[in-house]
Amino acid sequence: MTSKSAKIAKTPSGNASGPLAALASALAGGAIEVIDLTQTLSPDFPTLVLPPELGQCTPFRIEEISRYDERGPAWYWNTITLSEHTGTHFDAPVHWISGRDLPHNTVDAVPAQKQVAPACVIDCSELSAKDADFLLQPAHIEAWEAEHGRIPAGSWVLMRTDWSKRDAASYANLREDGAHTPGPSPAAMRLLVEARGILGFGTETIGTDSGQAHHLDPPYPAHYILHGNGRYGLQCLANLDKLPPTGALIIAPPLKIRHGSGSPLRVLALVERGATGGKA
Amino acid sequence: MTEPLTPPKRKNPLKKTRLPLLPSGIRSRTAQMLTLVAAEGRFALPTCLDCGAVHYPPRDACPKCLSARIFAQEAPAGGRVAAETIIRTSTDPYFRERMPWRIGTVVLDAGPSIIAHLQGDVATGSRARMEWKLDKSGQAVAFALPEKETPNMADDPQLREMTLDPKFRRVLVTDARTAVGQEMVKALAAQGAAIVFAGLAEPWKPAPVRDALAAIKGVEIVPIDITDTDSVNELAGEIGAKVDILINTAEHIRPGGLMERKGVGVAREELEAGYLGLVRLAQAFGPTMRFRGADGTNSACAWVNVLSVFAQVNWPQFGAHSASQAAMLSAAQSLRAEFRAGGVRVINVFTGPLETEWYQAVPPPKVAPSQVAAATIDALKRGLEDVYVGDIAQDVRSRLAVNPKAIEREL
Repeated sequence: MTSKSAKIAKTPSGNASGPLAALASALAGGAIEVIDLTQTLSPDFPTLVLPPELGQCTPFRIEEISRYDERGPAWYWNTITLSEHTGTHFDAPVHWISGRDLPHNTVDAVPAQKQVAPACVIDCSELSAKDADFLLQPAHIEAWEAEHGRIPAGSWVLMRTDWSKRDAASYANLREDGAHTPGPSPAAMRLLVEARGILGFGTETIGTDSGQAHHLDPPYPAHYILHGNGRYGLQCLANLDKLPPTGALIIAPPLKIRHGSGSPLRVLALVERGATGGKA
Repeated sequence: MTEPLTPPKRKNPLKKTRLPLLPSGIRSRTAQMLTLVAAEGRFALPTCLDCGAVHYPPRDACPKCLSARIFAQEAPAGGRVAAETIIRTSTDPYFRERMPWRIGTVVLDAGPSIIAHLQGDVATGSRARMEWKLDKSGQAVAFALPEKETPNMADDPQLREMTLDPKFRRVLVTDARTAVGQEMVKALAAQGAAIVFAGLAEPWKPAPVRDALAAIKGVEIVPIDITDTDSVNELAGEIGAKVDILINTAEHIRPGGLMERKGVGVAREELEAGYLGLVRLAQAFGPTMRFRGADGTNSACAWVNVLSVFAQVNWPQFGAHSASQAAMLSAAQSLRAEFRAGGVRVINVFTGPLETEWYQAVPPPKVAPSQVAAATIDALKRGLEDVYVGDIAQDVRSRLAVNPKAIEREL
């Protein structure tokens, strides 16, 4: 780290016309917008629901340490509790049994270089509105590619469903037989991971998989295939409707938790002004 | 006949809320034997273990044989009122505000004569049924009631000082998702509570019971999750000044002891929904309730904890859960002391295993949730402090009194 920063310090000042300077000026001038893709961490935000005899996803909780009072007269701060998979969060390969033996499979080992990557956004909002159990199929991906070009290796694929706009009850959408929320089919996951070589897959719903994904083959195909191949997941994303089909740059660094399986995080997207959401 | 209680008028916001005052709370340690029986709603009198003589007031030595072996033994509760007095003035700040006050001498069937508070329908010459009641200071006092139920008997102002009747009061049931919580809401509404606030956590999870409860007259569904400090504080901010009775029905029952579980996750959940939940409720609702202890007909009066009887002795099959319940029992004792200045009673309703899903593998006898609700209503109407619901709870209570080591080995 020290040697790297030393190198940067030695870089000639001619970088005023380099790509980072251009980025900085585009950000300052508004030619590049920063879109927040994160849900607010709050106790009211739904968490994954599992049968009650299993271990549960710890919901977000916040307790004051002090608030300008006898516990600390001039300062306000809180203790928060939550699981690694509460709120908008990142899934590392070790999260799933299929990825448990891979190298660099924990959040602390995710290379910094992979924490900034381009995104392809596939708009499934209309199909998901019609069918809460909508499954993204290879045909949908190929139709998207016919319009926007082949999905580049090393990019995020984000599934836009507008699910993040729903109220909490219809967001979780729990019925007697479990959650009903959209997600990818096993074939779509195989196509994206094996044939396209994506970096990861992101959704607006509680998980990268659909609500009924335990009935698919393999069960939870997004988790199984992504993590079994060392790829990442992002879920509980918001504002995907503000992203263009291609061209957005995602900044998604998980917390550096030793041996962590995932992490709540702030996800940002850099978008060129004027670029808007598209159709699948 | 007792004048029926009228629904309390809305508060005049220009008037100061009267501070709760207490009757004298000083008793000898010997006299506390009556606190014990009053807390459980039994009628017992100091009795000599050696000669069998019954006496009153409690003494350190038997007035007949001087034996020091005195204990409270169940006694016939009947008596005859020999004389009555109406007190019209007093220097005691508590009674000054409650004048006139009727007391009388009751000649007990068990022998002793006793000075007792009189219910309005009891008069000189009439038969009476005696009860030990806990007064606002938490001490046992003798109360003479009509032998048979009379119309509106519970509305008698003197009696209502001792009881915690839900009639016209506003009650918060913290968790209406539980079977016990649902039965509690129904029972309270049927008892004439002015409002029953039925707490539902996590409104995004389906609650099939929501509509049925909301349809009951007087029931209001409120959002509260006692594992979430913000949620508890928010509800207290909204309704805290009109919670006269708080009934904590939250539960997190899981089998298992300490060693076989992996990690502290479940134990933490038990504490969050148990002990820490109680702390959150106490901080959010306690101070206002304590302040409102003498706030008219619908003064704040009671705090009810529904606890497993295995708070008192650990049941290893549900060992970690028992431990969390023991923490709540200890907290309830602290709460009792903290509430005393407001005259707010803390009731612990101890139950055996319930007829609910988490006790599915436990053989009967089990307690129906409706039994817990009925026992709670009974405790409020009689003003009890410790209640044992069902055979298991009563069995544990009596075995603990005999030999706590024996029950520890046998469970």
